[in-house]
Amino acid sequence: MQAKEIVVPTSAISMLRKPDPLSDTQMTVSMGPQHPSTHGVLRLELVLDGETVIRAIPDIGYLHTGIEKTMEKEKWQQVVTVTCRMDYLNSSGNDLGYVLAVEKLMGVEVPKRVRDIRVLLTELNRITSHLVWFGTHAMDIGAMTAFFYAFTQREKGLDLFECVSGARLHQSYFVVGGVRWDLPPNFLDLMTEFLDGFPSFLDECKRLVTGNKIFQRRTKGVGVISKEAAIDWGLSGPTIRGSGVDWDIRKSEPYSGFDTYDFNVPVYHDGDVWSRYLVRMDEMEESWKICKQAVERLREPGPYMSDHPKLKLPERDLMKKHIDVMIHHFLLASEGFTVPVGEVYQSIESARGEIGFYVVSDGGERPYRVRVRAPSYVNLSALPAMVEGSLIADVVAVIGSIDIVLGDVDR
Amino acid sequence: MSILKEIVSAVKEVIEVARTTAQGMSVTLSHIPTRKETVSYPDDAVTIYRRFRGEHFLDVNEDGKERCVSCFLCAAACPADAIYIEGAEDPRPYAERIGMDHRYAKVYQIDYGRCILCGFCVDACPTDAINHGHNFEWAVYTPGELVKDKSYLLANKWREPDVIPTDKQLPLAAKQKQDKLNIILK
Ligand code: SF4
Ligand code: SF4
Repeated sequence: MQAKEIVVPTSAISMLRKPDPLSDTQMTVSMGPQHPSTHGVLRLELVLDGETVIRAIPDIGYLHTGIEKTMEKEKWQQVVTVTCRMDYLNSSGNDLGYVLAVEKLMGVEVPKRVRDIRVLLTELNRITSHLVWFGTHAMDIGAMTAFFYAFTQREKGLDLFECVSGARLHQSYFVVGGVRWDLPPNFLDLMTEFLDGFPSFLDECKRLVTGNKIFQRRTKGVGVISKEAAIDWGLSGPTIRGSGVDWDIRKSEPYSGFDTYDFNVPVYHDGDVWSRYLVRMDEMEESWKICKQAVERLREPGPYMSDHPKLKLPERDLMKKHIDVMIHHFLLASEGFTVPVGEVYQSIESARGEIGFYVVSDGGERPYRVRVRAPSYVNLSALPAMVEGSLIADVVAVIGSIDIVLGDVDR
Repeated sequence: MSILKEIVSAVKEVIEVARTTAQGMSVTLSHIPTRKETVSYPDDAVTIYRRFRGEHFLDVNEDGKERCVSCFLCAAACPADAIYIEGAEDPRPYAERIGMDHRYAKVYQIDYGRCILCGFCVDACPTDAINHGHNFEWAVYTPGELVKDKSYLLANKWREPDVIPTDKQLPLAAKQKQDKLNIILK
């Protein structure tokens, strides 16, 4: 219990400190980057005293892809092919953030149907993302079976993405001005089928994991972060809502028509792993509700793309018949469009928290700069504050509870 | 007294753990008689949706002439710079040449080490020459094998489960004979 008395500075300076060489009880252990519980390539340098974590230093950068830089090379419309590769579990959310930012800069209004399609798919994506979190988090803590059931459901969700966009993970389905194709004819029925089966799955999860006493003992009171500390660290998403802060961008700054949907924002107040678990479980239910409403709205047909002449590729039949339309098609496909000079910040609620896109245009065909405020990066920075002083086995539970995606952390 | 209390609470705890674990177990048991969700790939065919963006194929028109006119639009639209084309002219009359236009692609390569299967080339192509097929089995031993050339991409068309060659395409399809993909299109 000696470790509890040590005041641990969690500032950046603490990273420079080496463990006390005179103390023979302390040991530095490297957890990761090849460790199944770190959900990717995260390396944690843990200073341990016995089993107690005295200091935790996240070491990131193993998955650095230079995506922000790559965006400067792509044309405005092509950027959606890389945004989805940052946070690969919540790809349509990333695409949405970027296309909303560019649409804001261009002052483009998208049709109502586009907004509903985007809401439907981002919420479906939130469900599939939370399912990965649920399965892996439970498995980290020792519940193996939940993983298989979660992935079975997720597979069904990914099938829907395949049906609508042609890809399971990297959809690149949202583009500036709308979506690339209209929904396939039977998509809404498949979606309804999936949604109808989902509540019984959630119910199973509750019996399988939520009600389990061992799971509760492993998570309650572990990795606590107070409301004030959570705000100070700039956390967002389910991680901050588990600390009692009612803050969801879908409600506070509604985008893509979220203000017209009826849903609640689950908030729990203990700030521990268990609270964050409950927030995400409830969130899946809320997303399910939103999907249900969106499906009903999408039953009536409508345009799937804004008719802004610079954004929509011409109709193929027209293009093949008329040379002027063909020339327009050539210019659009080869050079793309330009965006007025300016800068804009647009944030949305991804499955992990606030993902923000700061887009600067110099009036050219390519973005001058795109900066991404990644939720996983900010949430991960609070990890030392959550784990210091707890047992090493709890580190695994805490990493699972903040649900990081390393592609999002490193970009 | 307090020891007794501790023992009682410990026993309660154990009972609670056993009860909730049994409750979880009941979920697992209830799944045993239900339908299996796994597919024994590759013995069984996998189901794939029509929009799936798999390995491309280069299309031919109903007379078996290559549709590609080497306009480079696909290469310009490609965010990953995966397409390499060399255009050429073929002044022979329609019946003799291989393309449907005078201009055709002498070299057409897609580097699947770079391609991210985004589908922008398909959207851009003005003659519907390049299309997404549904093949996803392309494991190779060296990166160089990932660069697929024109003959491979042309032959890919005949692997699609629902492509049936027309009379005029038949000799071409026979020449480029390929096994059908082991998939079910939905
Ligand atoms: S699918 Fe995308 S990355 Fe691949 S060749 Fe076509 S445009 Fe390039
Ligand atoms: S495949 Fe289509 S876009 Fe590409 S060069 Fe040929 S005709 Fe042009």
